[in-house]
Amino acid sequence: MGTALDAAALRNEIGGIAAIWYREWKVFLREKSRIVASIVNPILWLVVFGGGLGRNVTVPGTSYQAFIFPGILAQAALFSSVFFGVYIVWDRKIDFLKEVLVAPISRTSVFLGKVAGGATDSVVQSLILLVLGAILGAAGILPGLSITPASFGAALLILALAISGLVSVGLIVGAMMDSPEGFQLVSSFLLFPAFFLSGALFPIDRLPAWLTPFVLADPLTYSVDALRHAILGTAHFPLALDIGVLGVFLAAMVWLGSRAFDRMRI
Amino acid sequence: MPAIALDRLRREFGSLAAVEGLSLDIGEGEFFGLLGPNGAGKTTTLLMLTTLLRPTSGTALVGGFDIVTQPLHVRRSIGIVFQDPSSDDTLTGYENLKLHGMLYHMEPGLRERRISEVLELVDLTDRKDGIVKHYSGGMRRRLELARGLMHRPRVLFLDEPTLGLDPQSREHIWDYVERLVEAEGITVVLTTHYMEEADRLCDRIAIVDHGRIVALDTPAELKTVLGGDVITVRAAAPGLDAVRALGIAERIERQDGAVAITVRDARTALQPVLHAIGPVESVEVRPATLEDVFMHYTGREMRDVSAEGGWAQRSMRLRSGTR
Repeated sequence: MGTALDAAALRNEIGGIAAIWYREWKVFLREKSRIVASIVNPILWLVVFGGGLGRNVTVPGTSYQAFIFPGILAQAALFSSVFFGVYIVWDRKIDFLKEVLVAPISRTSVFLGKVAGGATDSVVQSLILLVLGAILGAAGILPGLSITPASFGAALLILALAISGLVSVGLIVGAMMDSPEGFQLVSSFLLFPAFFLSGALFPIDRLPAWLTPFVLADPLTYSVDALRHAILGTAHFPLALDIGVLGVFLAAMVWLGSRAFDRMRI
Repeated sequence: MPAIALDRLRREFGSLAAVEGLSLDIGEGEFFGLLGPNGAGKTTTLLMLTTLLRPTSGTALVGGFDIVTQPLHVRRSIGIVFQDPSSDDTLTGYENLKLHGMLYHMEPGLRERRISEVLELVDLTDRKDGIVKHYSGGMRRRLELARGLMHRPRVLFLDEPTLGLDPQSREHIWDYVERLVEAEGITVVLTTHYMEEADRLCDRIAIVDHGRIVALDTPAELKTVLGGDVITVRAAAPGLDAVRALGIAERIERQDGAVAITVRDARTALQPVLHAIGPVESVEVRPATLEDVFMHYTGREMRDVSAEGGWAQRSMRLRSGTR
């Protein structure tokens, strides 16, 4: 804002980002029940939904349960990331955000600190799901799923990229929302459509053609696809395209998010 | 150079001007009170001075920095205790202070020293590792006061810092603040509903109403405007013309069903006033307070207009009940 960004100022901004990350990390550690809850749902999807429906559904190349594993990873990341962001409405309600907004750091750093904090939460959750996936795959409970150290690492990197963009989306929505009552709308009009259109549960070429534009506009489509590359070795789009789209998506959301935070009223 | 200089500071919300071009200088080391009914523009002014709200026009210098063009510099030189709790209640007291130190770019060594210092100051050292959720209201305020002081601001903004606290906690908080102002020479801007607090603490007071300053002076000077004592009379048909004819009433004001007559000295004035006014239902005599000054300028009583939230309303009701 106005002043040139010299080395000291830059150091201050990075310190501010670290401060906000520190807060989010402490809160995350203190809410262990939330971590547990966020793991239970994906497990139900994988074992019960995947197991039940998988008997009658065939997908190319692998079992149905292995096929939806990347999709469920992406879904868990989607919900936890976006909800983390939307949660700043709550920060505003308890007035905590005032303390941060009146601190001598730019709104862009406040935003980036929040993204880092939310991304850390979701990546930890993804990490747990990947470990569980590896165990369940090896135990034969998720037949056809075998996670190698290489695919594990690649999946985690892809998730970190996708999650950062998704947390940003949540923060933008949260910055524009006035009250927590809008939570339900977010999940109905943002999260569930993004989840169902992404091809998390079925190959996207099985959808009617008129839905294709929506599928292509859904960033989660590319997250799921990139994760299939990493974990199953086969997917719909080239990996480079997936990564490119996710990168552009993240950049756009960070830009929009900084603007939204700059304009945010308390 | 004044610590704070407002220059035609103005803020509109839609067609309504919440703050109508305030110009005002607050000196270095001054304890300044901002009083006014709710909706008078106090909070809006405070939000602008702390860079949380942009003025529609005009500007202000805080610590020599422009609130519009140098917000980061302004934020570095101010501390704030907000009206509503703004500490994170999932963190411990210590963690809240550490977070604050990080946000204000303190080196870890300095940060730890300051944390111990301010915890000591507000008597929270032995509770620093407790989660803030389990703090009492008074403890939480003290924590936030400690936080507001931790980075040694040149200017401290206190927005109703004792609202809803019991008298003992209020007393504590003011002790800390006074000690600090003396030791550090910082400038304090205070808004409060408690008139006796403003009277005791402030070097100067601005009474704000409808976005304008209606009076600005030391508490003592403000009170001399009203003379010495206030005789409040309830009567079915008070003979006010007769009272006026006596020539000893400095001011006669109607206050919801009663009449307040300000005189220089009630000891000599009471007998003739009562004689002139005729039969009365009740009489009350007391020295003029800042509350009377406030009422004189705004036409409202502080406690009647303070009903913003249930909390404020409740505490004010309690207070008026104990008088």
